[in-house]
Amino acid sequence: MTDPVLATYGLTKRFGALTASDNVSIDLHAGEIHALIGPNGAGKSTLIAQICGGLTPDAGRVELLRQDVTHLPTEARAQAGLGRTFQISALAMEDTVLQNALLGTLSSPWRFFKPALARHDLRDRAMTALDQVGLADHAAMRTAELSHGLRRQLEVAVALTLKPKAFVMDEPMAGLGVDGSKRMTGFLDGLRQQAPILLVEHDMDVVFALADRISVLVYGKVIATGTVDEIRQSRAVREAYLGEAS
Amino acid sequence: MIRERYLNGAILALLFIVPLWAHLADEPFTITLATRAVIFALAAVGLNIALGLGGLVSLGHAAFFGIGGYAMGILAFHAQSFTPVAEWPFVIHGTKSMPVIWLVAVVTSTIAALIIGILSLRTTGVYFIMITLAFGQMLYYFAISWRAYGGEDGLSIYIRNDFPGLNTLIPLHFYGICLAILCVALLFNAALARSPFGLALNAARQTPARVQAVGLNPTRLKLVAFVISGAVTGLAGALFADLNRFVSPAMFSWQMSGEIMIFVILGGVARLFGPVTGAVLFVGFELVLGGLSDYWLIYLGFLLLLIVLFARNGVIGLLAGKEAVHD
Amino acid sequence: MSAILIVEQILNGLQFGVMLFLMAAGLTLIFGVMGLINLAHGSLYMVGAIAAAAVAGLTGSFLLALIAAMAAAAIAGVLVETLVIRRLYAKDHLDQVLATFALILIFSEGTRWVFGSFPLFLDVPDYFSGPVTLPGGIQYPLYRLVLIGMGFAIALGLGALITKTRIGIQIRAGENDRDMIAALGVDISRLYTLIFALGAALAGLAGALVGAIQSVQVGMGEPVLILAFVVIVIGGIGSIKGAFIGALLVGLTDTLGGIFLPELFKLFTDPATATSAGSALASMAIYILMGVVLIWRPTGLFGSRA
Repeated sequence: MTDPVLATYGLTKRFGALTASDNVSIDLHAGEIHALIGPNGAGKSTLIAQICGGLTPDAGRVELLRQDVTHLPTEARAQAGLGRTFQISALAMEDTVLQNALLGTLSSPWRFFKPALARHDLRDRAMTALDQVGLADHAAMRTAELSHGLRRQLEVAVALTLKPKAFVMDEPMAGLGVDGSKRMTGFLDGLRQQAPILLVEHDMDVVFALADRISVLVYGKVIATGTVDEIRQSRAVREAYLGEAS
Repeated sequence: MIRERYLNGAILALLFIVPLWAHLADEPFTITLATRAVIFALAAVGLNIALGLGGLVSLGHAAFFGIGGYAMGILAFHAQSFTPVAEWPFVIHGTKSMPVIWLVAVVTSTIAALIIGILSLRTTGVYFIMITLAFGQMLYYFAISWRAYGGEDGLSIYIRNDFPGLNTLIPLHFYGICLAILCVALLFNAALARSPFGLALNAARQTPARVQAVGLNPTRLKLVAFVISGAVTGLAGALFADLNRFVSPAMFSWQMSGEIMIFVILGGVARLFGPVTGAVLFVGFELVLGGLSDYWLIYLGFLLLLIVLFARNGVIGLLAGKEAVHD
Repeated sequence: MSAILIVEQILNGLQFGVMLFLMAAGLTLIFGVMGLINLAHGSLYMVGAIAAAAVAGLTGSFLLALIAAMAAAAIAGVLVETLVIRRLYAKDHLDQVLATFALILIFSEGTRWVFGSFPLFLDVPDYFSGPVTLPGGIQYPLYRLVLIGMGFAIALGLGALITKTRIGIQIRAGENDRDMIAALGVDISRLYTLIFALGAALAGLAGALVGAIQSVQVGMGEPVLILAFVVIVIGGIGSIKGAFIGALLVGLTDTLGGIFLPELFKLFTDPATATSAGSALASMAIYILMGVVLIWRPTGLFGSRA
């Protein structure tokens, strides 16, 4: 069994009397898409914050490529190879698509004199990522003028430019229509070989189409982990989602 | 709509031609006014690095303006009174050499901006605004209580300081020095905005979470911007003190901080020539409106209000329209 | 360095503090509920002082003067809110700073135009003048004691308003989630105007009360405003309790610092250097306090975590 690329071990986080994360252990292996599902309020956002940075767990640890990143700030984890997309697109709206894509290429921002756009190496990397998501033609467009669907694609492209070892994607389908969803699904399908994806999603069709494994989070606890079929047939999951008597 | 580039060129041309004409027509007062405008422009260019690029609403930038001014005042005072600035740990003499004074002004402003920046950037939003304002006030009251250098009455420097190769007593020569510095600052500002640093900083202003998620530290970027910004405004302060041959705590006042911000807004935040336009307009108003009424600041107040509510992008925004997408 | 002097200075510090509290309370409410940073608050302070001086001059009644101060400031506040401030709620902080700074210019120069640059006079009324003998044989001005008393009473009143009345609930809910209370049918417009008027009245009252012991002149409000900002930073935005404790801390630090720091320095150097170095440091004491609080608690002592 190869080492997981990204893993959490016993993550626990309490806010007063509320246990938002209860001994959560999940892992992500190379080449897979691991979906995280659960009803609203299950603690997905809290979990993502502990994985990506910004929230320190009360107990447990997070490892990226076997390196303990539990107490590292967000930017350090990004430098170590963790790419993420946000549920609500986090983009520089006033800047162009290319300028946003360039952000991930700046290994060091402490350059004050030569224009960023004149750096061909950075520009090429950014354009490659844009090309991959199909936004190459829009490079000079102002991000504020992009449609919502294209913005979600740009969101992924920016994460791509980082050349991450693992992705955490927070509801990438959010706000996308049927066509957009299909396109994004196809894209993510091909992406898993480049880097595995921890996918938080609500859209069950997408989850069942893409996921190699699914973990179900309810009230901060992982109640089931398994393949699509296993989860479909899991009693615990049915109870949690459908309220069936045991 | 006039292209921003042409507007910038026109303003720059104005800054070259008008004082030259004034020199030939023997109107030294006009040159003095122009120098005042150029120095204010430099102070505002400094602020704009933090404000326009970094989104840092610093309401205490007069702190750096004053520090630069007092750097000049203290050094020149000791030089003109033939006393050393300090005798411990080693003897430091005053000086009337502009380059040295500028160096000291920039270094002290940088250190001050570092300290104030580190403390203030622990907060965001309204807290940040209030804290920067408070630090400006702190230095204001400190300067008032520092009797050794004039306290509330300020410090007079009898003769303008020296610059190698020029006769700084000639208004046009001193103006030339200030204009040259402003041009260098504008070039630097332009380069900064297009650089990787500028790109990252600009993004940090709009979406700090994203910047973090790509491995950059938004707070550190903002701190560096703040420090650079303070250094430039500090240099302007030293020049201002030299122009007036006078330094007083008023250079630290909240009114001064507000004025520097007005220069930026009047011309247009985050526009390269915004600060210059604003400073020129302000000095113009001061002259024209001030001649009409002692209470001309009321009109400035109404103008400012109108701009904030209806012409948010300042004069350059009005004339040149939306900012051209950089390339 | 007698005990009497120390007690006197503590009382002075408290008096300074409660007056700061009146300013800070309004500011913190306005920011806490409306998200608006208001630089023109100092102008409202000045309006109150001037109204009080004018009415006291006309009628000779201090009570009427105080009422006039609160009314004038409140009216000015309502005017400003409906004409200008209302357009700023949705805008970013920079716009709010600039617009309210513009208001300062308009108020200050406008006042100078109408009243001239000469200070107006407001006297402490006879029934409050003169010293009072406190336990321990300390003589202290009655008026200042009255101010301290009023300050504490208002603090209690505001606290009760916030925690026990309907308006108070709306204020606290508004601080938490502005859009929500609008959705729940609270008339946001009226609530905001009310809060602004309340803050303005408090500022006007402070201006009038302090105007009797200092001079009434254009520009008297801004230094107090900036100190009120320091109070809010220390106390935490949106918290009346924070404003109160912060104000007392600032008042005491400033007053006691001015006394003790030169004395402290006298232990190390000669009296002349000690006095100048001590008072220079004392002038910065409040800001150093602010810096220390910030390092420890970036959102203030009682502020909500960012």
